[in-house]
Amino acid sequence: MDRKKQQEAYENYVKQKTPVHNLPVNMTKAFITGGIICAIGQSVLNYCEKMGLDKDISGGWTSMILILLSVVLTALNIYPRIAKWGGAGALVPITGFANSVAAPAIEFQKEGQVMGIGCKIFTIAGPVILYGVFTSWVLGFLYWIGKIAGII
Amino acid sequence: MDYINAFWVGGLICALSQILLDRTKLMPGRVMVLLVCSGAILGALHIYQPIQDYAGAGASVPLAGFGNLLWKGVKEAVDKEGFIGIFLGGFKASAVGICAALVFGYLASLICEPKMKK
Amino acid sequence: MTQGLQSIAFEQSPYVVSSASVAGKKEGEGPLGKMFDMVETENLFGEDTWEAAESTMQKEACILAMGKAHLHKEDIRFLFGGDLLRQGIATSLGVEELGIPLFGLFGACSTSGEALALASMSVAGGYGDYMLAVTSSHFGSAEKEFRFPLSYANQRPLSAQWTVTGSGAFLVGKKRSHVRITGITVGKIVDYGLKDSQNMGACMAPAAADTIERNLKDFGREPDDYSRIITGDLGYVGQSILFDLMRGKEIDIKKNHVDCGMMIFDQNKQDTHAGGSGCGCAASVLSAYVLPKLERGEWKRILFVPTGALMSTVSFNEGASVPGIAHGIVLEHC
Repeated sequence: MDRKKQQEAYENYVKQKTPVHNLPVNMTKAFITGGIICAIGQSVLNYCEKMGLDKDISGGWTSMILILLSVVLTALNIYPRIAKWGGAGALVPITGFANSVAAPAIEFQKEGQVMGIGCKIFTIAGPVILYGVFTSWVLGFLYWIGKIAGII
Repeated sequence: MDYINAFWVGGLICALSQILLDRTKLMPGRVMVLLVCSGAILGALHIYQPIQDYAGAGASVPLAGFGNLLWKGVKEAVDKEGFIGIFLGGFKASAVGICAALVFGYLASLICEPKMKK
Repeated sequence: MTQGLQSIAFEQSPYVVSSASVAGKKEGEGPLGKMFDMVETENLFGEDTWEAAESTMQKEACILAMGKAHLHKEDIRFLFGGDLLRQGIATSLGVEELGIPLFGLFGACSTSGEALALASMSVAGGYGDYMLAVTSSHFGSAEKEFRFPLSYANQRPLSAQWTVTGSGAFLVGKKRSHVRITGITVGKIVDYGLKDSQNMGACMAPAAADTIERNLKDFGREPDDYSRIITGDLGYVGQSILFDLMRGKEIDIKKNHVDCGMMIFDQNKQDTHAGGSGCGCAASVLSAYVLPKLERGEWKRILFVPTGALMSTVSFNEGASVPGIAHGIVLEHC
């Protein structure tokens, strides 16, 4: 118990001692970076809708183009620099997801097609896919029950 | 106008996520997971879709939009196919995103060498 | 001869006969860039992978150190080597060609101290005329193993340290030189329960404080008896914590403390946040910067304290704390 208290005290002390990023500045950078990426997405979306595509297909095009853009920038080692400046602004959009797929694939290519690229391509994106699918499955299950019970 | 809405809503989601990155010990991967899951839940609660109708890409491009997309896919499939739809809808709706990321990511790994961080 | 609780004072102190340092591009651009024996502008060192590059650095450092002393690999009795990678593979593959009997070590970033301690004990014990101690780290291989793929879009926290791409090799032996190892203090594991792998300085500072205090007590010395007390890679955060911890022990080392992790990079220009780290950090700085000063007699006696954060990726994921360790090596001009 005493040891635990000591550890907590040290943790708090270290927290005080450790410099952290300036939050308002970083939030502003994230806001700008994320905003620009979303505005690019909007322009693709608008273009597709102007071409007469339906909403879902336009959304698909938007994702695909942003992902392509992100992978190309990751391959050219530019995306990490955008992320260094923009933080969550580069991490949170779908482009960050694409980066999290491409980055380990590139890094682990030396370990082979299957154990290297094949397995490691999912190291960061895998959890996102798993928990996204699982959450939506649970929600879908509840929705299905709700429908049967006649609540929804 | 839709550009401005997309910009500020998308930017805001990112700025809020930045708080998680900077002020908690959450690793970036966890923040991504958190966003997708909350997007799906907000979607099911009929909260996310109105935001997306207002902000367009500003809400669909962040990963929360990906979560909302998963939920929408499941819901539509349940409406159409019943029970089996729970298993069908999620991947169907997210197919473009996942497939594009995997295919392009794989191609990049064939072309590119690992590079040092600057 | 044993000294105090954790230390050894050598009756016949072994000499640091020669040493060599190898560094990567970023380190070469840093404040100590011109002092390294070899700076590779291309971080792969002509190899195909980061891991192979690290192995090559170790091999080059060993060959350079032996060359400076005009010795051949047949003259070396034992080699003590280590690195940061799983199962110490960079060392195993790196020194394979040399064919010197090997002790593979792991002490995270404190490995250079562990290797020097064992090498000097072996020489002082009369088990051979020459021993080689070598350690290395590589930014690419360390990031890949412990953190994220290099092109992943993460932001490094300000407490994070930059793994040094570098290697240092030390030839310890009976042949007279101007620097000798007069004593060692072997550190024990000190764990204050911290779990933040992005704040290694704070994880290691308690171990450094413990070893420095132990060394001073065991040898009955004051901090001023050392021209410098040189820690391995506490970085900026770790140093300020070390000062506080030492003040708590009523020992003031502020005047003569320096840290290899703080010296190797220019904090303002090179954007490495809290400083350098890694097995190669302390080793390359000791060889390139510290030993020459001792040789010239600018510094008479120093305490070299490389620090290590002994975590594994598995223990980290399982929520275990990051235990720290630090070894003290007393080096004197002669």
